[in-house]
Amino acid sequence: MNVVVCAKQIPDPAAPGELDPNTKTLKREGKLILDDSDAYGVEMGLQLADKAGGGEVTLISMAPNSEVSGLRTALAMGAAKAILVSDPALQGSDSLATAKVLAAAIKRAEADLVLTATESTDGYTGVLPAQLAEILGWPSITFAKHVEVADGTAKVQRQTEEGYDEVVAPLPAVVSVTAGVVEPRYPSFKGIMAAKNKPVDEVKVADLGLSEDDVGWKGARQEIVEVAPAEERKAGEIVEDEGEAHERIVQFLEQLKVL
Amino acid sequence: MAVSTTWVFAEAADGKVASITLELLTKARELGGTVEAFYGGADADAVAETLGKYGATKVYAADPGDALPGAPVAAAMAAQIEGGNRPDLILFGQTYDGRDVAGRLSVKLDRPALTNGIDISANGKVEVRNAIFGGNTLVQTAFDGEPPFLALFRPKSFPAEESGGAAPEVVKVDVPDTGTAGQSKVLDRHVEEHTGPKLDEAAVVVSGGRGLGSAEKYEMIEQLAKLLKGAPGASRAIVDAGWVPYAYQVGQTGKVVKPNVYIAAGISGATQHLVGMKGAKNIIAINKDKDAPIFSVADLGVVGDVHKVVPKLIEALQARG
Repeated sequence: MNVVVCAKQIPDPAAPGELDPNTKTLKREGKLILDDSDAYGVEMGLQLADKAGGGEVTLISMAPNSEVSGLRTALAMGAAKAILVSDPALQGSDSLATAKVLAAAIKRAEADLVLTATESTDGYTGVLPAQLAEILGWPSITFAKHVEVADGTAKVQRQTEEGYDEVVAPLPAVVSVTAGVVEPRYPSFKGIMAAKNKPVDEVKVADLGLSEDDVGWKGARQEIVEVAPAEERKAGEIVEDEGEAHERIVQFLEQLKVL
Repeated sequence: MAVSTTWVFAEAADGKVASITLELLTKARELGGTVEAFYGGADADAVAETLGKYGATKVYAADPGDALPGAPVAAAMAAQIEGGNRPDLILFGQTYDGRDVAGRLSVKLDRPALTNGIDISANGKVEVRNAIFGGNTLVQTAFDGEPPFLALFRPKSFPAEESGGAAPEVVKVDVPDTGTAGQSKVLDRHVEEHTGPKLDEAAVVVSGGRGLGSAEKYEMIEQLAKLLKGAPGASRAIVDAGWVPYAYQVGQTGKVVKPNVYIAAGISGATQHLVGMKGAKNIIAINKDKDAPIFSVADLGVVGDVHKVVPKLIEALQARG
């Protein structure tokens, strides 16, 4: 079974984010890393391909400046190859444009199953998996917390407000996985070395048969009109615990009439 | 532009309309024009009255049967729009199903969807506001091009207020054939046993994070939440670690909570988390690192070990009976 995993490469979320003052979009200069949220999809893809007794995991990514650092991490985990779409025309792309690009790239990969995160850590629009499935004309199951594949069908436990639903869909399908669903493996030394020579096929927007009008700023059909600081919440009282701090909490809860 | 018609994607569970739907209907009324609901479910007549009370004058109802609503409801909406029933604006909750329907509809209509909104205005252009970087920066984005405009909003962005509207007209609409795209079928629903209030409705929320050290220690968070008649929550770190299910997650990728009291135990306060709880009226933080960012938003910050402070707090509350 061939699994495609959408793997986003993002600025390190531990570092404070910054907007480009001219474009008002997130600065994505310098080294990018594999979005943690996508590590679950990579792991899940590897496990499913393994269980199916054949097939491989192909990564799909869209990133500026031919960035591959994050992809190398996923390749080191065990993915076989990657398709990277990198093109200056993509700057300013919204989720719909991104879905168009990723869907076009997925069509090159002959996937039985496409895995994504429920949302990326940096942009977190959360609508891309459904957009991707709609463009491909495939069924989708979002918010999967458990995934099995057998006889051309994906069987998924889908998170709901009240618990979970058992949902099935015929393959090919798009499934978005929640964090914590599997434990992503650490790349082994051997894996890291092997990743350096795994194929990364870099393509441009035109190679995918898309017009530059569909992507980037032009395709987004939206304009950021204002960026402003939010009203800050102020820090309050700080108590060092010397064995009695819980009493201050009780007192505070009493003041608030919670107790 | 003046908004002449707004649709609200209506959600319900067990015949009860979701709070987010009522919040969106309330906001839609404020934007002016006609407010209509688009409901994707079987029991439209049961939910119509409530939708009317919050301002919907008409309820379109598409029944997806046992399919997940994403593909069929988006197709039913698109069919109405192509048939000339054209709203200027369609509002969705940033929910499990809201995202699926909005995402698929955005492709069908080839229109962008603005996500994670916390406010919307229609003075001149239609503009959606959202908060980034853990809520310290507000971004205002305007739709360009032709309506309908699709926007998704975080729960609790707007109050839900009744308008005293009459029972709306219910218009049952067909679900077009969606081919394989609509073949995600729900076989069974599991409702997890749940005592106490829901995370996003509780007056008190107690959340635990990585500082707890191990999954077993989460029990004290549940115990404390129960004593305060609240709901237990979690940071992304411990959801990612598999200690608690995704449904417990408070933050950018989880639930937004606005309780009266929020207690963060062993949570450092990554921006990812802050965006989900900064709206709480009162915040209490317990963390051993005095430089943890969580203290910058806490009304009461306790610099100490959660393994010492929380058990003592539980004991003190139990002693009060």
